[in-house]
Amino acid sequence: MLTQAKTHNLNIQLIREEFPILQTKVRDKTPLVYLDNAATTQKPRAVIESINRFYSEQNGTVRRGVYFLSEQATASFEEARQTIANFINAPKSSEIIFTKGCTESINLVAQCFGAAFLQENDEVIISALEHHANIVPWQMACAQRKAKLKVISINQNGEIDLENFESLLTERVKIVAVSHISNALGSINPIKEIIQKAHKFNIPVLIDGAQAVPHCKIDVQDLDCDFYAFSGHKVYGPTGIGVLYGKTKYLEKMPPYQGGGDMIETVTFEKTTYAPLPAKFEAGTPAIAEAIGLAVAMNYLQTIGLDKIEIYEKQLLNYATDKMQEIPELKIIGNACQKASLISFVLEGVHPHDIGTILDQEFGIAVRAGHHCAQPVMKFFKVPATTRASFSFYNTYTEIDSLIAGIKHILEVFK
Amino acid sequence: MSKLSQLYQQLIIDHCKKPRNFGKPEHCTHHCEGHNPLCGDNISLYLEVDEEDIVQNIKFEGSGCSISQASASMMTQSLKGKSKEEALQIFEEFQGMIMGNLDPEIEENKLGKLAVFSGVKEYPSRVKCAILAWHAFNGAINSDGKEVSTEE
Repeated sequence: MLTQAKTHNLNIQLIREEFPILQTKVRDKTPLVYLDNAATTQKPRAVIESINRFYSEQNGTVRRGVYFLSEQATASFEEARQTIANFINAPKSSEIIFTKGCTESINLVAQCFGAAFLQENDEVIISALEHHANIVPWQMACAQRKAKLKVISINQNGEIDLENFESLLTERVKIVAVSHISNALGSINPIKEIIQKAHKFNIPVLIDGAQAVPHCKIDVQDLDCDFYAFSGHKVYGPTGIGVLYGKTKYLEKMPPYQGGGDMIETVTFEKTTYAPLPAKFEAGTPAIAEAIGLAVAMNYLQTIGLDKIEIYEKQLLNYATDKMQEIPELKIIGNACQKASLISFVLEGVHPHDIGTILDQEFGIAVRAGHHCAQPVMKFFKVPATTRASFSFYNTYTEIDSLIAGIKHILEVFK
Repeated sequence: MSKLSQLYQQLIIDHCKKPRNFGKPEHCTHHCEGHNPLCGDNISLYLEVDEEDIVQNIKFEGSGCSISQASASMMTQSLKGKSKEEALQIFEEFQGMIMGNLDPEIEENKLGKLAVFSGVKEYPSRVKCAILAWHAFNGAINSDGKEVSTEE
């Protein structure tokens, strides 16, 4: 409860005014209450305007033309890469690979690291908390290489079992891939310990940071992770852009992900040599406007201050958790000690899809209802689906009150 | 009445909480599994159809949201005793209604109480919940015995 005492000094009303969509009404009726931030975040005006500005004033392809527009676009694109490198404290901007999202970042590592390092009877470790995007790419890579997938177990609070993890560490393990924060439950995983333990066996670790980058400061050097993946659209940036941070020593040994323009040094029909990092992993024209928009989003977050965001979101989480615990028919799924601002819950006798529809229709509240692309997590907790409310620093206590009123109304409808 | 109260009418809530014809019968001539992979709703539908193509018995088991469960429950009530031809006509009409192609208040139909589901057409994300049991019926009566999915 120490964080409760800290103050964030954020003017939430002023922040909300920076997000045009938060001023809209759902079906021209109810003001929007957006509580599905773990799925995607809304965009501040600065990000929206940066995309408009790029296409209005700068549009040219990167790394090719010798004319003014192309040079401008290339400079902005590479500046965006540097901004992102600084944001997660990557040592070099050449270790920042642009992808189309966190999913592609993980697939890139599963395929290319797999091709370079994974052999028959080797093992890959993931956890029981993973999103499908950090399960399926590894299943595919393991099937291709005849390797085995091992899964770290979790406890009833939705926390990773570190003892179980240690018992899985052997010389056969070639990579560990775990999420920083669970998208289904909000558990913040002890990734620093996981990385340290894996490194004792010289095993590299990939962190799926999709749910973490919007909520806390990331320092890839302090973590000492070998790969860190995240999506732009979950950190207040555009869709269609994602990031893979990777240590040079691994990226250099990995073959390219896709072939095409931009990723080559020289091409003849006999032999092609590949471009240096990061271009080797960026075949074809990249999402230029989106990369620039993502950098603008990161600058925006830094202006607000991730430390303040963390304090305020924790307060929102505690407030919502207390209010929900007062409802006897409501059960929170996932009670990890360390949790991000996300609550998954079930209501006795009411299916999550009915909850989602009624909250939307009557209260203009957007929540996620379903399995959250984490079916193994749902199976572990023996629920077909949950309702998930996930909070951002632009959410308010009043919005949480609306959610609680909505839940009580639903219980009346189904009484 | 607001659109929402049209969807969550008492009749639907009642069928969801107390589904009729729920369970597995001892005998059946036709059987089909239905599954909605997007939300995990599932249904097992059992039919007993006699030599004259009359649906003598119809029962279901399954789990899912109120719309999917109530739709299955009310379907069993509606189709019991109907001929195959009549039942398939009601299936067509039900499908037309929730897709917004048939207005039960204007056009002639055999839907009866099933008209309570007409509000579903306002909720594109919920149409699949309402239609699942009917797809299972269609699969069962045409007896190819394959599992049906809302995603095919």
